Amino acid sequence: MSRLRFVRTGSGLVGLSLVLGVVLVALLGPFFAPHSPSAPVGIPLTGPADGQPLGTDVLGRDALSRVLWGGRSVIGLAGLATVLAYLAGGTIGLVAGYARDWKDGLLMRGVDVVISLPALLFILVLIAGAGTSTTALVIAVAAVQAPLIARVVRTATLEQSVRGFVEAAVARGEPTRAILFREILPNVLGPVMADAGLRLTYSIILVASVNFFSLGLQPPAADWALMISENRDGFSLNPWAIVAPAALIALLTIGLNLVGDAIARSLGRSVPAGAA
Amino acid sequence: MSSTADAAPPALRGRRRAHPIARFVARRVLAAVLTLLAVSVLVFLGTEVLPGDAAGAVLGRSAAPEQLEELRTEMGLDRPAAERYLDWLGGLVQGDLGNSAAGYAQGAELPIWDQIRPRVANSMWLALITALLVVPISLVLGVTAARRAGRPADHAISIGALAVISLPEFVIGSALILVFFTWLDWLPPVALIPPGESALSHPKALVLPVLALLGATLAASIRMVRAGMIDVLRSDYVEMARLNGVRERTVVWRRALRNALAPSVQIFAQNIQYLVGGIIVIEYLFTYPGVGKELIDAVAIRDVRAVQSIAMFIATITILLNLLADLIVLLLVPRLRTELR
Repeated sequence: MSRLRFVRTGSGLVGLSLVLGVVLVALLGPFFAPHSPSAPVGIPLTGPADGQPLGTDVLGRDALSRVLWGGRSVIGLAGLATVLAYLAGGTIGLVAGYARDWKDGLLMRGVDVVISLPALLFILVLIAGAGTSTTALVIAVAAVQAPLIARVVRTATLEQSVRGFVEAAVARGEPTRAILFREILPNVLGPVMADAGLRLTYSIILVASVNFFSLGLQPPAADWALMISENRDGFSLNPWAIVAPAALIALLTIGLNLVGDAIARSLGRSVPAGAA
Repeated sequence: MSSTADAAPPALRGRRRAHPIARFVARRVLAAVLTLLAVSVLVFLGTEVLPGDAAGAVLGRSAAPEQLEELRTEMGLDRPAAERYLDWLGGLVQGDLGNSAAGYAQGAELPIWDQIRPRVANSMWLALITALLVVPISLVLGVTAARRAGRPADHAISIGALAVISLPEFVIGSALILVFFTWLDWLPPVALIPPGESALSHPKALVLPVLALLGATLAASIRMVRAGMIDVLRSDYVEMARLNGVRERTVVWRRALRNALAPSVQIFAQNIQYLVGGIIVIEYLFTYPGVGKELIDAVAIRDVRAVQSIAMFIATITILLNLLADLIVLLLVPRLRTELR
């Protein structure tokens, strides 16, 4: 049970409940939506009324139904981007940390370059080249997250690769790939996964920001960030169409960050500054 | 650093080696130039190697092949990628950002620099005013939290900072619009600044963007100041000053603060990219006429050359700010200067 020690801290428990709550809304929401997320049900941007507890959005669609439908994309796209980032960043970090030669130097200089600039800048450049699509969005977010992961994996790999069991594997004549993935990888997973909560938070922030620019998911998709962007003209007419999706994104990222913080502290490490 | 200099007799060493600060600056400037070169390659590859090109984006899918060919020649897209890259880079070095595809769409040559020039000042004011406010506020709150570490005031500040730090900038901004526009009706939700006028002459339009950016950056700086201060307050020299009967206020603000700031200014310098990223989001949210808004608009219409050049412009500013912050750290903390030797 030591893996779940973070739950014992108050903030970790609060964070976990927030995350589970929002994930439940996102996953089960569509089954409870009273209307279709794409069909108009009334006059655009009217306030809460009978049968429409959150009023209507900019095209007269039911805001509550769109909120209930709009969480899957946020969590799904960000989750996918994070997994991709771990695969790419993990491989780069393992190779660089084990090689310790020109490959290490080259890869890490590349990592430094990407890290020194705003993540959104690279994402926007990639989307300008590839066009607006969810594929481009996921790959772009993974591409700016991978360097951060690569750096952590490389440091952990450097520590492990001088250990006896690695030298023993080298002496047995095992191929490099087997040494990397069978000997070193299991031992670097701990410190690397400790950051997973923070990485996922950052992915959500980036995915949501690009959707907010309408440069990822395209209308008429129901998506929390896209809803905020679409309904901006309704700040005075029907603020609920903005409040609800904004609050759900906020609860999700705050909850994830609390969990990440609690995990990091239960492992006796301080949270990396600027992680979010 | 180099072994030959170390091997030289002491009398010669002073003359051969430049001043340590000068060497540090030279090294950092060289690193910045190399980084920018690498960024230019990434930006160019990211936008040009993928299928589809700027001429197609201008004319749309229904364009006739001859028409497309003509525009491609006019925009210089018929030449090899390496040649176009060097051409673009050569222009950038001389301050020529190229012509925007939006201009070609209207049948004219519209220099990108003319397009963003009036917006540079607007973005600069937004960043500058925010930076001027972040420093004193994060110092006061960070030091307060550190002095009361583990007590209710610290918990309130720390948990507040942790919550705000996890929010996307556009959520913070939307919350501010809800409070100050929807409920109180004090401030406009859109920063209406007519072209040709300075953001400074429209203070009301600036308030919410500045507050939103402040919310996005303040939390991180408070956490850094707090962490640095807690470390220093535990150190021997602070204990010594207290034992000598120096007043606590003097100990904290005069003796401890300067050393506590070193790590936080350093981390702040390394995190300038988050501030710049925040500006892009905030400008879009408030339709604030700045460089970040211009970049997003260029991406939306797939104006590739404009995206490349504006991205390089923002990257250059970010790296220059990083460099500047590093030098400020060096001036603030004498201890680091001796470490350079």
